[in-house]
Amino acid sequence: MPSINDILILLPEIYLVVAACVLLLLDAYLKPGQKGAVHWLSILVLLVGAYLVVSGQPASSVSAFGGMFIRDGVSEVLKVFSLLITAMIFVYARPYLKERAIPFGEFYTLTLFATVGIMFLVSAGSLVTVYLGLELLTLSSYALVALNRDSSLSSEAAIKYFVLGALASGMLLYGMSMVYGATHSLDLHTIHAAIVGTEWKTLLLFGLVFMITGIGFKLGAAPFHMWIPDVYQGSPTAVTVFIGSAQKLAAFGMAYRLLSTGMGDAAGGATGLAPQWQLMLAVLAVLSLAIGNLVALVQTNLKRLLAYSTISHMGYLLVGFVNGGPDGYSASMFYAVSYALTSAAAFGMIIVLSRSGFECEEIDDLKGLNQRSPWFAFLMLLVMFSLAGVPPLFGFYGKLLVLKAAVEAGMLWLALVGAVAAIIGLYYYLRVVKVMYFDAPAEGTDVRATADAPARWVLSINALALLVLGFTWSPLLAWCQKAFAG
Amino acid sequence: MITLSHYIVLGAILFCIAVAGLFINRKNVIVLLMAIELMLLAVNTNFVAFSRFFGDVGGQVFVFFILTVAAAESAIGLAILVLLFRNRSTINVAEIDSMKG
Repeated sequence: MPSINDILILLPEIYLVVAACVLLLLDAYLKPGQKGAVHWLSILVLLVGAYLVVSGQPASSVSAFGGMFIRDGVSEVLKVFSLLITAMIFVYARPYLKERAIPFGEFYTLTLFATVGIMFLVSAGSLVTVYLGLELLTLSSYALVALNRDSSLSSEAAIKYFVLGALASGMLLYGMSMVYGATHSLDLHTIHAAIVGTEWKTLLLFGLVFMITGIGFKLGAAPFHMWIPDVYQGSPTAVTVFIGSAQKLAAFGMAYRLLSTGMGDAAGGATGLAPQWQLMLAVLAVLSLAIGNLVALVQTNLKRLLAYSTISHMGYLLVGFVNGGPDGYSASMFYAVSYALTSAAAFGMIIVLSRSGFECEEIDDLKGLNQRSPWFAFLMLLVMFSLAGVPPLFGFYGKLLVLKAAVEAGMLWLALVGAVAAIIGLYYYLRVVKVMYFDAPAEGTDVRATADAPARWVLSINALALLVLGFTWSPLLAWCQKAFAG
Repeated sequence: MITLSHYIVLGAILFCIAVAGLFINRKNVIVLLMAIELMLLAVNTNFVAFSRFFGDVGGQVFVFFILTVAAAESAIGLAILVLLFRNRSTINVAEIDSMKG
């Protein structure tokens, strides 16, 4: 029987669902002139949600509803950052939605429901919760991508995302059914115990391959990356920010729950299927690093460039993950957080520089940005250097940690591939910087920061945080390490 | 006598038909939606078969959730399809190719 204790453990999620429903109703009853209230209220809702997650955090890992839901350090870090980053995205999205007359209320409620999906996914303790959290997140995302109703690109991106996303869910579910068949349980801890105790692994391996395919799709790791460039380019930029930042935290959480909690761990001597999934993820990591970086070299569209850069960054995330121990997971989670913050700033920059009738989407649109708007050119420089992993920016330490984790796991070759890929990546990030600083602005163009003041301020803070966190990263790393220490 | 492996093979065949339908089909997006439904049904067959033969009710409960989500998924899929047809006047898979590279 569920007790009041179970409800208290789920309080942040319950609160967010209720708040999203109230906002949905409120939006329906507000007059057109008052719709701005939904914007500020939803930011408030997210901040209060983050407060509830931190303040109600139990001292050690607890579970609710018979192990379906786990609340531990990992879920705390991932939830706090996805809530804060989503709040930031709302600030960026407001000028974008306003100028293009995209439905206001739908964007906020769908994003809030997707955030609830993220929260369930990173707290999942059973295959059922993993699936339901994932579907809540992706079904909301399909609708978000199609939000710009009259754009042909937007609906094309949505149908591609939908078909490939549904294929990935199908693969994941088929893998889950095999694992269920082999272990007779849906609970991740019971599955773990059953896997460690069994010798007969054929059916389990079969299921593992399908589950890794599903995880690869959701992360956007090559060779399951086909949807990423089209969805990033086709969706409204306000939605691309969300898909490119907060969702990556969710994908990391899902991989951690399914593989580490469920399929076997590598800490203190490999157990269960850990050696097998480590090898599979290493292959995905190498492919992502290679394909992401090489194809990004020839891109001319900024959103598409960032999409391929995402693929290579997911490669780095997996380089840390294959370590399979607490050090590897904490490095990988640190990387996920640093990437989410950086990519929020990168897409936020595209929004701030765009206006109705002018989408700052091509790299050539940034020509001579330094002469028009030196401050934003400087911020973009920080973002690009952080993505490239130039010290002393935030992105550098993430890369250092994941490469170190790979070396510690005895995979020196993987760390070397990562280092070479970072050098190749430097080329296309620096090209953007070169265009901003050394090219003359094209005739008849006028690229300026035209978004409203809150978006410009938050973007400045977001980009400067990359510099500040480059010097003060140790508390964040300590938090990540503490999450996996228990 | 029908054994567990019969159901698992049936599930595998349904799943393969669905994946083949997704990859081979170049004509119509609605066929893609049908293939996705078939894939989820293959998974459901597996879950119900395992659940019945192990006497564990968890798998059948999971099937209820999958059915519900599948209904929501096709609702969203069809809505996106309507949008696509309004913007493009076509639902031919081969013509949905304006983004490349």
